[in-house]
Amino acid sequence: MQSKTVFQQKYKIKGGDFVNAGESSCKIRNILKEIGIDADIVRRLAIVAYEAEMNVVLYAKHGIMYLFIYPDKILLKIEDKGQGIKNINLAMRPGYSTATEEIREMGFGAGMGLPNIKKNADVFKITSKVGKGTALEIIINLNGKNG
Amino acid sequence: MTLNKIKKFLNAQILCKHRDHNCDIKYAKASDLMSDVLAFSQPFSKPEALLITGLTNKHVIRTCEIAGVCAVVFVRGKNPSTETIKLAKDCKIAILTTKLKMFEACGILYSNGIKSSSIKKGK
Ligand SMILES: Nc1ncnc2c1ncn2[C@@H]1O[C@H](COP(=O)(O)OP(=O)(O)OP(=O)(O)O)[C@@H](O)[C@H]1O
Ligand SMILES: [Mg+2]
Repeated sequence: MQSKTVFQQKYKIKGGDFVNAGESSCKIRNILKEIGIDADIVRRLAIVAYEAEMNVVLYAKHGIMYLFIYPDKILLKIEDKGQGIKNINLAMRPGYSTATEEIREMGFGAGMGLPNIKKNADVFKITSKVGKGTALEIIINLNGKNG
Repeated sequence: MTLNKIKKFLNAQILCKHRDHNCDIKYAKASDLMSDVLAFSQPFSKPEALLITGLTNKHVIRTCEIAGVCAVVFVRGKNPSTETIKLAKDCKIAILTTKLKMFEACGILYSNGIKSSSIKKGK
């Protein structure tokens, strides 16, 4: 049974937009902080959102990040239109990256983004179609930690 | 260790102050890769953490904000853009710059008691 949504919001992400990259994740982090969510959960969700947002900026044309806050969990969905991922198992491997030299010079391309997301999420689903786009679904449980 | 002490040890300049100027830095992480910084998020995510890096773009500050890091040291005499400084001010993250190289800055802070942040599981 799906519990009631307490809060929801969506954020547009533009591929290649390095000026605003990361802003949506920072907004989400501030919202969670403000409503008094446990600091550890805020940190985990912020990392997950940021890694996902950066991947859209780096590798896709455009995307949308949806935030749903439920009484018992937080759901984050990131859907993008773009090149998609050919081999998801490979993309999930720590250290695997197709980032260009230019991207690496900016500080990205460690190949740690997707592994970081998986590590911090309670539920993590990724689907992708080459030439179409990629969708991530991430759940972080609140474990009654937030009263 | 206070930011002022770090400033002295590294012969650094403070370009942007932290809201709590007396914040007590206990841990540090040195990296030029942002996901790598986020992988080390505990105890790195505690407000007592410092990032040492050779990159000076805006994304470094964003990453610090996401990771909950309170101060960053730019090594090799690199000066950040006004854009980077502005974002750091908005996010209340301290910026220091030093002419020292990454290895030297790390060595000095380590030998003066700053601990390494270690990888922990996310959950
Ligand atoms: N939304 C996406 N669309 C297309 N390809 C993607 C997407 N997200 C990830 N990838 C592919 O998967 C690879 C691994 O992603 P991951 O986030 O783990 O590392 P990275 O982005 O290369 O480096 P880092 O995240 O450490 O800066 C990427 O290099 C890219 O090839
Ligand atoms: Mg990535």
